[in-house]
Amino acid sequence: MTALVLDLKGVHTHIGAYHILHGVDLQVPAGQVTMLLGRNGAGKSTTLRTIMGLWATSKGSVHFKGRQIGGPGGQLATPDIAQLGIAYVPEAMGIFTDLTVQENMVLAARNARRAAELDTTRLEWIFGLFPALKKFWLYPAGKLSGGQKQMLAVARAIVEPRELILIDEPSKGLAPSIINNLIDAFRQLKAQDTTILLVEQNFQMARALGDRVAVMDNGRIVHTGAMAQLAEDEALQHRLLGLSLGAHQ
Amino acid sequence: MLDRLLSHDYPRSRWLALALILVAVGLAFAPFLFPGSKALGVAAKMLIFILLVASYDLLLGYTGIVSFAHTMFFGIGAYGIAIASTRLGEGFVALFTGLGVALLLSLVLSLVIGLFSLRVKAIFYAMITLAVAAAFQTLASQLSDITGGEDGLSFKNPAVFSPSFEPFESEVFGVMLDGKVFSYYLLFVVVLALFLLLLRIVNSPFGRVLQAIRENDFRAEAIGYRTVVYRTMSNVLSALFATVAGALLAIWLRYTGPDTTLSFEIMLDILLIVVIGGMGTMYGAVIGSVLFVFAQNYLQDLLKLGASALEGVPVLTALVSPDRWLLWLGVLFVLSVYYFPTGVVGRLRLAAFRSKA
Amino acid sequence: MSATTTTTAPAATAPAAIPKAEFDWKPIALLGAVLLAAWPLVGSSSTWVTLSVAGLAMGLIIFIIASGLTLVFGLMDVLNFGHGVFIALGAFVATSVMGGMADWTASESLWRNLAAVFAAMLVAMAAAGALGLAFERVIVRPVYGLHLKQILITMGGMIVGEELIKVIWGPQQIALPLPTTLRGSFVIGDASIEKYRVLAVAIGLVVFALLLYALNRTKVGLLIRAGVQDREMVESLGYRIRRLFVGVFVAGSALAGLGGVMWGLYQQSVVPQIGAQVNVLIFIVIIIGGLGSTFGCFVGALLVGLMANYTGYLAPKVALFSNIGLMVAILLWRPQGLYPVTNR
Repeated sequence: MTALVLDLKGVHTHIGAYHILHGVDLQVPAGQVTMLLGRNGAGKSTTLRTIMGLWATSKGSVHFKGRQIGGPGGQLATPDIAQLGIAYVPEAMGIFTDLTVQENMVLAARNARRAAELDTTRLEWIFGLFPALKKFWLYPAGKLSGGQKQMLAVARAIVEPRELILIDEPSKGLAPSIINNLIDAFRQLKAQDTTILLVEQNFQMARALGDRVAVMDNGRIVHTGAMAQLAEDEALQHRLLGLSLGAHQ
Repeated sequence: MLDRLLSHDYPRSRWLALALILVAVGLAFAPFLFPGSKALGVAAKMLIFILLVASYDLLLGYTGIVSFAHTMFFGIGAYGIAIASTRLGEGFVALFTGLGVALLLSLVLSLVIGLFSLRVKAIFYAMITLAVAAAFQTLASQLSDITGGEDGLSFKNPAVFSPSFEPFESEVFGVMLDGKVFSYYLLFVVVLALFLLLLRIVNSPFGRVLQAIRENDFRAEAIGYRTVVYRTMSNVLSALFATVAGALLAIWLRYTGPDTTLSFEIMLDILLIVVIGGMGTMYGAVIGSVLFVFAQNYLQDLLKLGASALEGVPVLTALVSPDRWLLWLGVLFVLSVYYFPTGVVGRLRLAAFRSKA
Repeated sequence: MSATTTTTAPAATAPAAIPKAEFDWKPIALLGAVLLAAWPLVGSSSTWVTLSVAGLAMGLIIFIIASGLTLVFGLMDVLNFGHGVFIALGAFVATSVMGGMADWTASESLWRNLAAVFAAMLVAMAAAGALGLAFERVIVRPVYGLHLKQILITMGGMIVGEELIKVIWGPQQIALPLPTTLRGSFVIGDASIEKYRVLAVAIGLVVFALLLYALNRTKVGLLIRAGVQDREMVESLGYRIRRLFVGVFVAGSALAGLGGVMWGLYQQSVVPQIGAQVNVLIFIVIIIGGLGSTFGCFVGALLVGLMANYTGYLAPKVALFSNIGLMVAILLWRPQGLYPVTNR
């Protein structure tokens, strides 16, 4: 059995008076892409944020490689969680629009104090995946298009090797060509043994990338299993996600 | 009847009710219970602050707006009376004209300031009101032809409020009724009436919308209330009541100067009272004002005692010097914001609530 | 304000055709316009020069004081209404230091005079910074995210601080005379320019340059600029931004202390209310500049300084309102200030 990079047991999250997660159990195995699917408002983004410590786990526990990072009594602060080797690409991308592309990347590279200290090989690889970033290197990030910003957001997450990458709906509002770019990038990451937990609404993308899948509804996980299994079972897809493969792009 | 008078806004705590009754009785019969001009002066100051702070509570406690321009409206009211009495000669005509003009000026200014909040964020607004109030204070000192500058304006009241007016030959209940006593009762009646009016306002549908805006203005807007309109109205009402308070002060002191109304210290006093008394309660203004004015007058005496006891000890003497009473008030203020976020009234109500449960 | 450090191959191949961020020059143009417009209004060139230098000096001193405050707000959304207390502390510490070095300040040697002034500045900055550390921990930290309480409590903190200053130094005004060689003016043609003001401009520009360098060429500066935009994302990237904040708060307080010394020397006297007096002025400046923007603060401060001096000469009665008038005018043009920080 593959090692578990991420293990959520009975995780509850409260935001103010709102009880969003109602006991999430999720295992993310190492070196694989786990898809987190579900309808709008199911709690997928909240789950990612809870893992990152942006919202505290009010009950239950979150373990990263066997070490507790979330839960009453063992909640780590977000920077400490990130420093363990977890990268997070939020839904809103979190691009620093007043800074240049270069500065965004330098910021994301914890070991680099200036641009000259970035790993050139790695940078070339990233430029290979996302040529636009090379083109707009000294450009303020705010001037990039939506798709380019998304590429930058992902690039930031991989500018240094990370153990686990959490990505929230990267394909939202993007053109198909860019989505293919992203799929390619994630495949290459997977080849490097990076673990990815990917929230997506685009089922095509999910099916192309995912090894495992977990489906959420109403703050709980309602199905886990291999992606291949879900991809074949149209009835199950329909029941869980209210769609079938052919209908969606 | 009490129900309607208090607009269904009960103290909700036995101790608070008791305190309020004591205050009401004490203030109502102050000239007889506490004879002497100093005591009466303290009572008058309490009344004025009650109105001034209650009007600020409407803005801060109920609508959630931080403004530092309150003393400006206070000053407008006072200067209105003073300038009118000086220019037009003393008398009721002057009083009414002065008050009328002052209210008009406050209305216009508060409207302008309120509408300006359309374009700027809440924090900007606070800073802007700070700047405006500071400018107004300097303006008052500068336009010495009209305002008497740093020295201020002294004037006479209509005869009935003049200290030398003594209609009765003999004493009533041990006190000689003179113009001073009559002017005190003018203050009392006006403050009582306006306070009850404020209670009515905050417990009306309008008041509820204000509180909704305070809690979550985004949502209030989404439900359909034009928050700008309500905020501006709250601004205007608060300013108008403060203006009346200023007018009352002027009538009481027969003097108005930049220090009596416009100084930043008074703004701080208001903030202190509203926080210690309890924001968003109205009754907090009553309790807070009474406590504060009392402390202000008698705390210094207390500190003097302490200073003389500690004579000779270098640093401690300076700390306990009566001139440094603001230091202790400041410390009390900071502690109140931490530990007494709901103020005295909030604490009393919480205790009452818990004992019922 | 983009960094242009030399990089590896990528930069070399970035084609020149891609335009970099367009620098927003309009506010600078406004500054220039004010300077130029004042010239014919003032009439004589020499007076214009004197007033302009005075305005720039005053503006730069205000900038030094306000720069810390705008970063503190931009970075952590903390509005410190008590910033004035650091100014006051700095000014009073200077009276003690320079009073203690009276023989150096009375000396005819420029170096000794400067040494006394710089010594006062360093001690003032250290004292203000230390107070800042205590202030952040005791007053500010418990009320993160609660704007209303921040306003109230920082104001309370300032009152307490001011009173403590009165306890230590006494409530009266204390003179802070300039050292011998710094008194008087240079005379260039018809214009007389006060020597101290030249020094103030020099120091102000150095501080500005250092701040710009720190913000644009160092990683810490990068973190601050990013944190001002999106604090959460910076934390998600693995940086403990709260610690950074304490550092910025302390640095801002130290700068305010420095500004206090310079302001005190500018006025040649110090009163305990100096903090409250300047408070209003710096709030106007950071609103004009845009909360969180150092450059905006710079331009705003210069505008305020110049306006104060020009109107003080041309129409003294209007002078007080020149600041407010300026603020209103700018907010009507740009409601978020001259250089608003995006994503706020």
